[in-house]
Amino acid sequence: MPSSSDKSRWRGLTPGRIVFTLFVWGLGFTMLFPLLWMISTSLKAPGKEYIMPPSLIPDPVHWRNYLEVFRAMPFGRFLFNTCLVTVAVTFGQALTCSMAAFAFSRLKFPGRDKIFLLYLTTLMIPGVVTLIPLFVIMQYFGWIDTYQALIIPGLFSAYGTFLLRQFFLGIPLALEDSAHIDGCGPWGVYWNVILPLSKPALVTLIIFTFMGAWRDFLWPLVITNSLEMRTLTVGLSIFRGAYVSDWNLMMAGSCLVMAPLVFVFLFNQRFFVEGIQLTGIKG
Amino acid sequence: MLKAEERKPATTMKRNGARRGRGLRQLATAFPFLAPNLIGFFLFTFFPVLASIALSVTKWDLLTPPEFVGLENYANLIGFSFDQGRLQFNDPDFWKYVWNTIFLMGAIPLAMAGSLFLAILLNGKFPGRSILRSIYFLPSMCVPVAVYMLWRWLLNPGTGLLNWVLSYVGIEGPDWLGSTTWSKPALMLAGLWASVGGYNMILYLAGLQGIPGELYEAAKLDGAAPWHRFRYITWPLLAPTTFFITVTSIIAGLQGGFDAAYIMTNGGPAGSTTTIMFYIYNSAFQWMKMGYAAAMAWVLFTMVFAITLLNWRVGGRHAQFF
Repeated sequence: MPSSSDKSRWRGLTPGRIVFTLFVWGLGFTMLFPLLWMISTSLKAPGKEYIMPPSLIPDPVHWRNYLEVFRAMPFGRFLFNTCLVTVAVTFGQALTCSMAAFAFSRLKFPGRDKIFLLYLTTLMIPGVVTLIPLFVIMQYFGWIDTYQALIIPGLFSAYGTFLLRQFFLGIPLALEDSAHIDGCGPWGVYWNVILPLSKPALVTLIIFTFMGAWRDFLWPLVITNSLEMRTLTVGLSIFRGAYVSDWNLMMAGSCLVMAPLVFVFLFNQRFFVEGIQLTGIKG
Repeated sequence: MLKAEERKPATTMKRNGARRGRGLRQLATAFPFLAPNLIGFFLFTFFPVLASIALSVTKWDLLTPPEFVGLENYANLIGFSFDQGRLQFNDPDFWKYVWNTIFLMGAIPLAMAGSLFLAILLNGKFPGRSILRSIYFLPSMCVPVAVYMLWRWLLNPGTGLLNWVLSYVGIEGPDWLGSTTWSKPALMLAGLWASVGGYNMILYLAGLQGIPGELYEAAKLDGAAPWHRFRYITWPLLAPTTFFITVTSIIAGLQGGFDAAYIMTNGGPAGSTTTIMFYIYNSAFQWMKMGYAAAMAWVLFTMVFAITLLNWRVGGRHAQFF
């Protein structure tokens, strides 16, 4: 059961080990197959996706589907909207949460723990409770169907503040004291001591916020109504309504929505895994 | 990681001038750090929570001024009466959707067992382990809306891949998303695929890697069979992880089902895949019953809160905030 060094995995392939290896790989292929099927369907010529028995390799490879998708819907605009919102929310949240977490963990001021308790209390309240009032507030501000509505409510997070505060508390005070001796004010300590030492927690927050913002569906769905303001996820669902039986185009659209996120994952896997472990151990 | 050493709470402010002056100076230092998040928190979290309570005692369609109705929304939602000895719900749909939500949460134990199984496999020794870990993990990294689109295609009755595979082994596959019997299992299947290799598997894997290998070696020397090693070493030592995953899954499950219902079935057929979340969305943004939807959100909160309380009672040692 316990893992050992990489090399020993290749040595001594007994029949039992070979069967085990084939089994885990078979299972992996089965899990991967729906995604392969999605890509395959997205590259088949119209009508070819219904041919029985089905074939995984499209013949001929019909790249035109992807062009069609961009012609049928402003997917370029959707992609731009999603990127803008995701980047703004991710970095905005990292900034506001880390600043607040610094105040809650490293500074002393009257009422600190009471305010933090208020933050904690709201952690238990599901997002759906605030959904309707938030919509009403956005309407009151005249922000319906604007980038402000897509971005600004996402810039603050009680959860992010909580996560970072817990991490900041674990950084030894001695480091801060030596920075004080070197003439650092609170901003210097925040920027030069606490932030660089909190990379694991910051990366975790950034990854979770990024994933959440990219996948978000309900909020952009209710807060936007013109085609130009839709994000990728909402755009795809509208696309579904219009091209309901064109499976090639629908799968091409789905691939487009997923691809950027999957690439981010493939190149940053280590951070995902470490981030999950960081938040999961003592929630 | 998060269970960090705590500092002493802020000193209790004594009522004397010097102290008060220091308090003001401290506030002046802390305020710029706190302000951006705090203003956002009050405007977009704390105030909406209070507003939601206020909304839930009104009748409001966004167009005409809201009308105060007291607890009527709550009574209409969860109230019931006895009519000639028969239980009559004021809103039978709501209870049906509560049942749907709970039914769909039936996938949780399956998903957990699957995650644990995959984690145990990945904890073994075989070639290409890290590649395979990525493959298991990949579906959970995908965008839910696109995943449900894909499953609509896989579950397509006439031409979908799943029914073709089933016909290969001599089973005539049902019209998955068009039948009230199969729509819920179909959604569970899609959700299972998307989550089984995800966060929970990584948590289980971390748990497994934390179990000292000597325990297994000692058990082996004592002649314990693999099942016994699992039953008496792995399972009890993973209990905190299992507990954590159970609680987070239930809380997520109660609020779940919106994306899947919206994309795959639109809540149908005959409301068989409408969850509480989807009902709230429809009540608020399709039928403009803002007050009623807000009341429903608070009923949902009560359920989530009950689970959270249970979490603190049973697992207080695992969840430490202060």
